[in-house]
Amino acid sequence: MGREESAGDSAVGLADPRTIRELREQMLRFATLQLGDPAAAEDAVQEAFVGALKNSAAFRGAAALRTWVFAILKNKIADALRYRRRTVTEGSLADGESEDDSEEAAPSVFDSRGHWRADTAPADWGDDPEAALHQADFWRVFNACLDHLPPRQARVLMMREFIEFDAEEICRSVGITAANLHVSLHRARLRLRECLEHHWFAGEARPC
Amino acid sequence: MLSCEQATRLISESQERRLGMRERLSLRVHLFICDGCTRFLRQAPLLRAAMRAFVHWEGADNAGRR
Repeated sequence: MGREESAGDSAVGLADPRTIRELREQMLRFATLQLGDPAAAEDAVQEAFVGALKNSAAFRGAAALRTWVFAILKNKIADALRYRRRTVTEGSLADGESEDDSEEAAPSVFDSRGHWRADTAPADWGDDPEAALHQADFWRVFNACLDHLPPRQARVLMMREFIEFDAEEICRSVGITAANLHVSLHRARLRLRECLEHHWFAGEARPC
Repeated sequence: MLSCEQATRLISESQERRLGMRERLSLRVHLFICDGCTRFLRQAPLLRAAMRAFVHWEGADNAGRR
């Protein structure tokens, strides 16, 4: 964003209102997905901003603000999930989601024998795929791909990779079995990988 | 012989738990003959790194760009 470096001490003063609004929306979406409760999500996001403002001197720009508020939010969500686990009776958090996401949630990248189809086999991502992580456009694609995951898959994948819960903690938080968790993570990874390949890495060396 | 679906499932699970000896062996055999799953295995760490760097999204680059 074409934000000017302002002399203001406030973290909010360092980013334009649109940046803050977008950041807040992303945080809310993420928190709502994880907590399954809009009011609790709103509270967590609010607290993350308040926490960040207390340390506003530490920021130099919108990127640092984003990193910081998300770090706080991540801790708030981890705490909220752990707290709930202690206070809510087991099983009641499955919130009506069936044990399996059914066929539609399974990406159709394999043929009937369970082998890659010609058009879905992973392609070569080139010599330096990590370079993507430094490109703003990649993050836009990544974000869109995450948004396209079925909600439960997105939720457990982010719990695993972003909140960094281990498998057991996720199973207890979501109220699913280990086998179910592995199915969901497998599907989420297949889907995310395919989406990134299709919208970002494709074109390099796809054979057909 | 594992299918690609089973092989990628094991690759995925290996990020949550240590695979057993038999699982590792059958995966090795599969990877030896399967380019698609070998690429899936190589790409898995990048997916994980991207998820963990998730918070930087556009922000980091926008601030550094121009």
